[in-house]
Amino acid sequence: MSRHTLSVLVEDKPGVLARVSSLFSRRGFNIESLAVGPTEEPEVSRITIVVTVESLPLEQVTKQLNKLINVLKIVELDDNSAVQRQIMLVKVKADNHSRSQIMEVAQLFRAKIVDVALDAVTIEATGNNDKLAALLRTLEPYGIKELVQSGLVALSRGGRAITDRSLRPVDRTA
Amino acid sequence: MTQAGSVTSTSETAETITGAQSLIRALEYADVDVIFGIPGGAILPAYDPLMDSTKIRHILVRHEQAAGHAAEGYAAATGRVGVCMATSGPGATNLVTPIADAHMDSVPMVAITGQVPSSAIGTDAFQEADIRGITMPITKHNFLVTDAADIPRAIAEAFHLASTGRPGPVLVDIAKDALQASTNFQWPESLNLPGYHPVTRPHAKQVREAARLILESRRPVLYVGGGVIRANGAPALRALAELTGLPVVTTLMARGAFPDSHPQHLGMPGMHGTVSAVGALQKSDLLVTLGARFDDRVTGKLASFAPDASVIHVDIDPAEISKNRYADVPIVGDVGEFMTELVAVLQAEYAAGRHGDYAAWWSTINHWRDTYPLGYDLPDDGGLSPQLVIERVGALSGPEAIFASGVGQHQMWAAQFINYENPRTWLNSGGLGTMGYAVPAAMGAKVGRPDTTVWAIDGDGCFQMTNQELATCTINNIPIKVALINNSSLGMVRQWQTLFYGKRYSETDLQSHRFPDFVKLAEAYGCHGLQCDSPDQVDVTIEKALALNDAPVVIDFVVHKDAMVWPMVAAGASNDDILVAREMAPKWERED
Repeated sequence: MSRHTLSVLVEDKPGVLARVSSLFSRRGFNIESLAVGPTEEPEVSRITIVVTVESLPLEQVTKQLNKLINVLKIVELDDNSAVQRQIMLVKVKADNHSRSQIMEVAQLFRAKIVDVALDAVTIEATGNNDKLAALLRTLEPYGIKELVQSGLVALSRGGRAITDRSLRPVDRTA
Repeated sequence: MTQAGSVTSTSETAETITGAQSLIRALEYADVDVIFGIPGGAILPAYDPLMDSTKIRHILVRHEQAAGHAAEGYAAATGRVGVCMATSGPGATNLVTPIADAHMDSVPMVAITGQVPSSAIGTDAFQEADIRGITMPITKHNFLVTDAADIPRAIAEAFHLASTGRPGPVLVDIAKDALQASTNFQWPESLNLPGYHPVTRPHAKQVREAARLILESRRPVLYVGGGVIRANGAPALRALAELTGLPVVTTLMARGAFPDSHPQHLGMPGMHGTVSAVGALQKSDLLVTLGARFDDRVTGKLASFAPDASVIHVDIDPAEISKNRYADVPIVGDVGEFMTELVAVLQAEYAAGRHGDYAAWWSTINHWRDTYPLGYDLPDDGGLSPQLVIERVGALSGPEAIFASGVGQHQMWAAQFINYENPRTWLNSGGLGTMGYAVPAAMGAKVGRPDTTVWAIDGDGCFQMTNQELATCTINNIPIKVALINNSSLGMVRQWQTLFYGKRYSETDLQSHRFPDFVKLAEAYGCHGLQCDSPDQVDVTIEKALALNDAPVVIDFVVHKDAMVWPMVAAGASNDDILVAREMAPKWERED
């Protein structure tokens, strides 16, 4: 089993996410992370899926994803040749004694303090999985009250884009 | 779409019409000539303008499941898109089985369902079901339309999707308020399907590679699946087979793609295939796979299937290639186009003096064919053999007749003992295995091919799942013929109980030799009811049925219940372990 990141360009239409995710759930695959959002094209959304599975069944899922009418393109982004980011908000217990230490940790990880209360601070951090995990390990001793994390988004490194040819309507005589 | 030419001069009508009128007009533009359906609350607005259509015939069925299977039978017999219509909630959910069936067997079908008004969607309104969500995994695509202006585009796209690429069912769910709203009809000039580009033209390099393997191989087989029929590829297949002299096997979905009378035809492979067809695949060194999908019923235990064979796999659906069996030469494209191009490449090879040599292979195959022909034992007590009945129905009806079957023993016997000479003459539920398919599918086929004799070969279990459609057939002058193979049991399940459950017949005795009285039931529905329980009456009864065309005919063939389907590869077993009869394995190697 290995970890795979799929980038899926889809038409921005209701039900698309359900169609995509059901191809994974049908096989009992657990989606580790999922992010959906708009793209440079107004009617196109991009779904980034992270899943840990064997390569062969994943290839079959990818082929079946390609069959979905609303799916425009799929690429697998491997960790070495893609920029990957997640955003995390974490609320950490803080008092007068620990607050400055926590702020120092945040600074070391280039994270930001986005909210301060008498008994807690909320930190916003961005990065890949490893960096966020390291930050969490460092914050754990202070007491984590609450944690929320976005799905992973990723882009390939270099000058090429996922859309190397423009979208055009299907020829109806085809 | 066949009507592509006629829609270029698109008309936007200045007149204001309802969404329902727009729907019916769109269906007329899509060249629909028949719809099978049942009205109800949410779809009711559509049924009003349907009444005025001079182009579309609506056939009122008795259960929505039958509307779906009838659309499938119509599509499978004619190659056109079958259409069914139902209301929201239970009407729509009753279509789920035939939609799943069409999905498994790649049947071009459009299902239209009414939905509760858009303001009520998601509120658990009366007769509300999320049929788009329910059918997502069993349709090629589906639509929920809540704006009247979107109706023509959804219909145009649905027919295009259903009929092109790998065919399949498409569902269009339309909210009642969209049917009632005012709109202007506009048939779309181009479709907006940016993610849909089926590849039909096979890659020339791969075609040459396929030709090379065919010439080099010593034990090649043409492994023909239902895709050849869907692609109208029977003529190209015949040309390819006769040019190369390769042996041909046709799967359950492909019966009729190649004439059974042809000397190169080994019959059906798979769980109940002929020894020569199963053996040819199993001992082959090259499987030329044409629109087939290595189904578990064909391969048996996958790991030991055709261990020495390289695989050429041609399919219009890229997701089928290397799904179950690795393809050495993957070819995405229309299988008919592939075969035509392969013939051209091979002709050039032959002209250059390069030929394949399959003489030793044919000698082996002919030995299997001579030693293990298909056959059956007649019952000792003089009772009626189901295989004999089915064989005689086929022989007396001729090669033009269409046969639709249910699922079970009678289905396998109908695949084995009727000789199919033409594509689209054998209709059955192969992938999903839907009992109850036969009667409504035969009805749909008869509507599409009214001048052809159409038989439903049905079991007493299957028949009782959908026989209410005899009323539809009688009332609408659809004179199908039903050969009811009545063994009073769920025969295939009983066969498995005989073989694998120590003859403990748990809940497979239907007692249908006692109830119902099928002759009376047929007569109650306005059909001719005949009964036959002795071998010497079989031909007379079938001929009587063939002569009756003023109403549907049902023949209750009372057959003995211990007949079994042979040969058989047990579920999960290797094809090497096929049994020609109980505890009788073929010898693969010649002893002389």
